[in-house]
Amino acid sequence: MNRYPLWKYLLILAVITVGVIYALPNIYPPDPAIQISGSSAALDIDDRTMTKAEQAIKELGVDYFGAENSGTSGLIRLYDRSMQLSVQRKVQEALGSDYVVAVNLAPTTPQWLLDLGAGPMKLGLDLAGGVHFLLEVDTARVLTEELESIEDTVEKHIRSERLHGVDARVHDGIMTITTDTDEQRMKLTDFLRKEVPELQYERVEQGGKFLLNATMSDAYIRQKEDYAVSQNLTTLRNRVNEIGVAEPMVQRQGRNRIVVELPGIQDTARAKSIIGKTANLEFRLEANETTFTSQREEFPWRDELKQSRSGNNVVEKRPVITGSMVTNAQIGYDPDTSLPQVNITLDSQGGTAMHRRTRDNVGRRMAVVFIEYKTEIKRQRSGDGEEEIVYEQIPQASIISFPVIQGALGRSFRITGIDNPAEASELALLLRAGALAAPMGFVEERTIGPSLGAENIALGVKSVQIGLALVLVFMLFYYKVFGFAANIALAVNLTLLIAIMSMFGATLTLPGIAGIVLTVGMAVDANVLIFSRIREELANGVPPQTAIKSGFERALETILDANITTFIVAIILYGIGTGSVKGFAVTLAIGIVTSVFTATTCTRAIVNLIYGGRRVNKLWI
Amino acid sequence: MNSEKIINFMGRRYLAVVFSAVMLAVSVGALAVKGLNFGLDFTGGTLIEMHYPETADLEAIRTQLRDQGYPSAIVANFGSDQDVVIRIQADGEKVGDQVAAVLVESYASEGEVIRKRTEYVGSQIGDEFANDGGLGMLFALAVVMVYVALRFQFKFSVGAVVALVHDVTIVLGMFALFQLDFDLTVLAAVLAVIGYSLNDTIVVFDRVRENFRVIRKAEPIEVINISLTQTLERTLMTSFTTLLVLSALFFVGGELIHNFALSLLVGIVVGTYSSIYVAANILLTMNITKEDLMQIEKEGEDQESLMP
Repeated sequence: MNRYPLWKYLLILAVITVGVIYALPNIYPPDPAIQISGSSAALDIDDRTMTKAEQAIKELGVDYFGAENSGTSGLIRLYDRSMQLSVQRKVQEALGSDYVVAVNLAPTTPQWLLDLGAGPMKLGLDLAGGVHFLLEVDTARVLTEELESIEDTVEKHIRSERLHGVDARVHDGIMTITTDTDEQRMKLTDFLRKEVPELQYERVEQGGKFLLNATMSDAYIRQKEDYAVSQNLTTLRNRVNEIGVAEPMVQRQGRNRIVVELPGIQDTARAKSIIGKTANLEFRLEANETTFTSQREEFPWRDELKQSRSGNNVVEKRPVITGSMVTNAQIGYDPDTSLPQVNITLDSQGGTAMHRRTRDNVGRRMAVVFIEYKTEIKRQRSGDGEEEIVYEQIPQASIISFPVIQGALGRSFRITGIDNPAEASELALLLRAGALAAPMGFVEERTIGPSLGAENIALGVKSVQIGLALVLVFMLFYYKVFGFAANIALAVNLTLLIAIMSMFGATLTLPGIAGIVLTVGMAVDANVLIFSRIREELANGVPPQTAIKSGFERALETILDANITTFIVAIILYGIGTGSVKGFAVTLAIGIVTSVFTATTCTRAIVNLIYGGRRVNKLWI
Repeated sequence: MNSEKIINFMGRRYLAVVFSAVMLAVSVGALAVKGLNFGLDFTGGTLIEMHYPETADLEAIRTQLRDQGYPSAIVANFGSDQDVVIRIQADGEKVGDQVAAVLVESYASEGEVIRKRTEYVGSQIGDEFANDGGLGMLFALAVVMVYVALRFQFKFSVGAVVALVHDVTIVLGMFALFQLDFDLTVLAAVLAVIGYSLNDTIVVFDRVRENFRVIRKAEPIEVINISLTQTLERTLMTSFTTLLVLSALFFVGGELIHNFALSLLVGIVVGTYSSIYVAANILLTMNITKEDLMQIEKEGEDQESLMP
């Protein structure tokens, strides 16, 4: 009685082996290192660059080792973590702005473990130090702009068809077209159905007028929002790369938010200024005599010198293309004059629009308008008298370039006649930076200094150790041989928990460590349930072997019931939590699964090994 | 099981009702009068934690902040007298950077002031966290109620949920009473308390259900006493080991998870008590009987049937 077939032992052994292998990478402490990569994807890291970097480190008098180069990025490991920052600065200086030098913690996982796909757990920001930003994309603005451009189409149609007494207006996400006759309204509806099939209509008669209220369908709104957010994601990723962080995270959260996490970054102000460049670009034609007064807008120059030279300029209200259509902008040199220029590439939609508007406007000037958004916070009283806080995005538009169109332009063109290379590279940067589809603002920010991160790890590890030691001693003392079995199971449980977290690429946070501590405390619960059953059976005069068997069997239902409910709570916690709380929920959930497995299977296996298949008169429990 | 060993838990059930009622009254009173001291996560605003090379002069920091135009800034020690936490209710994501820079620059004595962390939460986000948190808690309770009703019986799910509400209210009440900082980690801990307290309650219920089926000819109060006695060892043991590790977390885990550990410590003590005196008590009050747990055999269930 109480013997497992061989395959069961082997299975348990296999699970433990896999667990140990995947948990193992976590015991190798990472090396402080610097990581070098090209500022554009096209730039590879060659041996010359690496030699230059190593030379710079030598000049600083810092010891390093294990320089490696994968072609796209180089890594140099250091002995002393406190020197990391000065090394980064020095190497960045030596290599210049074509390269991005980032501080990094290089994993030291042995190759054979890497070959098996094992790697250490990622550390959350509260442990690694770094910054966490939550940005909100102003999708409402995107939708308004979209509706306004539809209104523009309608107005053009009204003018070209000479429809008198027809008026179109946009207000609160609704475009209202007012007409005198029902027939006119029908015609306009037909026109709109063909032009913009995504609109929904509502007909109203009011004061003898026939009104048509058009709104965007939910699906269309979604599509526009998705596009805006994903466009901003791409732009943010590029900007984050500019900052030089080894393992940045840029992720969409919910409908219109984006999370940015930059572990290990120290200079948060700089990071924020690069990420927070909430800017947009518009290419607009210079106003001429055919431009209606209502279609004119006046902007100053961004550059003060140019502003004083030529003053404000009047341009058309409607942009030819916007910054989101700019896919690239790079500084270059005119092959004939070797003067600096900016080469611009557009997406296909932008290329078509550019071509259509420039072919008839050669000789006219086109302004590149740079629009920065500043978030202003206002307090206002809402209807029920409660004070509420309103975020207002205030646009500040200025002209950064105002070149003359020399010919019909297409997807790629260039701006020439720029005074000096510095100005050209600034212009290229602004053109790239402006490629945001919609303005964004910071809604949450958390910065954890590296010292606090290290402190949190140390404290967390210490409390796991102390808690574990206390539980182990107590179990051994109270349940003797069975306590020993439970302790082995607990150790296996911890190993599996860490292995699964590493396998899933879960992030370890401070509440996550608390979750591990809690798991240690609660994991013995299943074993306690089993053992007290066995004791009961023994007290009722059941022979030892039968007591073991029925103890395990009868406790199982209780264990499952109790743990499934806790598991449900962990899942809910995961659903509502953010960041570090999610980390807690994940450890709790995984901990429940592993502890049920180890408490029933592993403990049973050990007990079977000790007592199984022989005559036993007394149990040490 | 011989009857001498059975502890008459339910004999003191009225005393327990009084005790719980007092605890709940104090908690609800504290929540109503003082309210929860919501942390940054829920109110929005800015928090800055600085580390000083020697004992920090809080008064000097307050003066500096007043000069900077933050007269309402709350300055307090955090964990040690060298660590200072500053809370500013102003909105604007730049406040943290500015204040930290000022404090680092204006420190005249020897050594360096280190910025340990800054946090900024927009008030809009704070409201969302609070809403999500509250909804999550209600949702958790509802799901638990359904699960227990399915696995056990309706009366059991009432008992479990009343016990959970009891535990959560007391933990929250303590936070209100002592005006401890209630942030996201504490919310997580409160949800974990729900999970834990439920765990305890389910184990007791499981035994009650089993005993109602196994023991013939016994009053419900006896069955419950027997069940509680049988599970007492396990209840105490598990609570004890969990309290052991939580104490480790509370004493050495650091200031950041101090309140997290505290709410779990209290929650587990209350949860253990409530699984005995609230959950089981409710069962008795609702007149749980053997019949409640008998599986109703559907007519014709045993018969063979022809299906198309």
